[in-house]
Amino acid sequence: MKTWRVSVHITPRRGILDPQGKAVEGALHSLGFENVREVHIGRHIIIENEAVNADEATIAVKAMCERLLANPVTEDFEIESAAER
Amino acid sequence: MKFGIVTFPGSNCDYDAYRAAVDTLGEDASYIWHKDHDLQGSDVIILPGGFSYGDYLRPGAIARFSPVMSEVVEHARKGGIVIGICNGFQIACEAGLLPGALLRNASLQFVSAPVTLKVENTDTPFTSGYETGALIRIPIAHGDGRYTADESQLDELENSDRVVFRYVNERGEITPDSNPNGSARAIAGIINAEGNVIGLMPHPERALDDLLGSSDGLAFFESILARVAA
Repeated sequence: MKTWRVSVHITPRRGILDPQGKAVEGALHSLGFENVREVHIGRHIIIENEAVNADEATIAVKAMCERLLANPVTEDFEIESAAER
Repeated sequence: MKFGIVTFPGSNCDYDAYRAAVDTLGEDASYIWHKDHDLQGSDVIILPGGFSYGDYLRPGAIARFSPVMSEVVEHARKGGIVIGICNGFQIACEAGLLPGALLRNASLQFVSAPVTLKVENTDTPFTSGYETGALIRIPIAHGDGRYTADESQLDELENSDRVVFRYVNERGEITPDSNPNGSARAIAGIINAEGNVIGLMPHPERALDDLLGSSDGLAFFESILARVAA
């Protein structure tokens, strides 16, 4: 078993109003970043997980996302490739 | 009848719920610690308001895995009454007892204020004491109360009369200003398909005495008493 560092990005599902993203978008516009079209704010979770290989570590984190880390009604998640610690 | 009020770390409306059962209704009630696996013979389970687990991750996301929740879900599956108020509504959604989710208020502000609700369905164990279409004043106090579900789920809730309470203005109209958190279709409270689990963001347990601004929550608790006693 090795320890693998897996990053997860959780973001509001497209189409669901993201008031934090909207507020930051407005602030960026007022700072002069006129080219900003959309901002979405989510969570970045880092999990260090013991597993025999990177695939197993990723599979486990996917299960964690489905059961707890992301809400299937309102959020999408994306798992970055696992890196050995 | 016995009420069981679940206390999670961070619950802060458990005492109000207890008081509603014991002082207002004159019924028996117990606090149930979230780590217990015993509902103590309760007929009605209340998941109270508050900030269980500090709202970490998402409101209700961690509380829904508290040990006692397996018994609460089982109680609901057997037709037992479960009431989720505010954080309890969020927990009930996370636990899959009710569809949808509660997201950050559209305003990004925590809103603590009395609101007007329209009672949309009086054929439930929680609302039989109200007139259909009644306008009632009940306080809200939440930062994450924007009810959200996909369109087909929202249609299903409406078509099966499962929207129990809506946010309206004092004339009973749905307007952007009367919706305090941006909830889809101004939904303030829903029941499950079987009709024994309700979730609502407003706090009927804080509206039991005119001295405190409203006694419109009385009929909510009296309805339950009438139904369970019947």
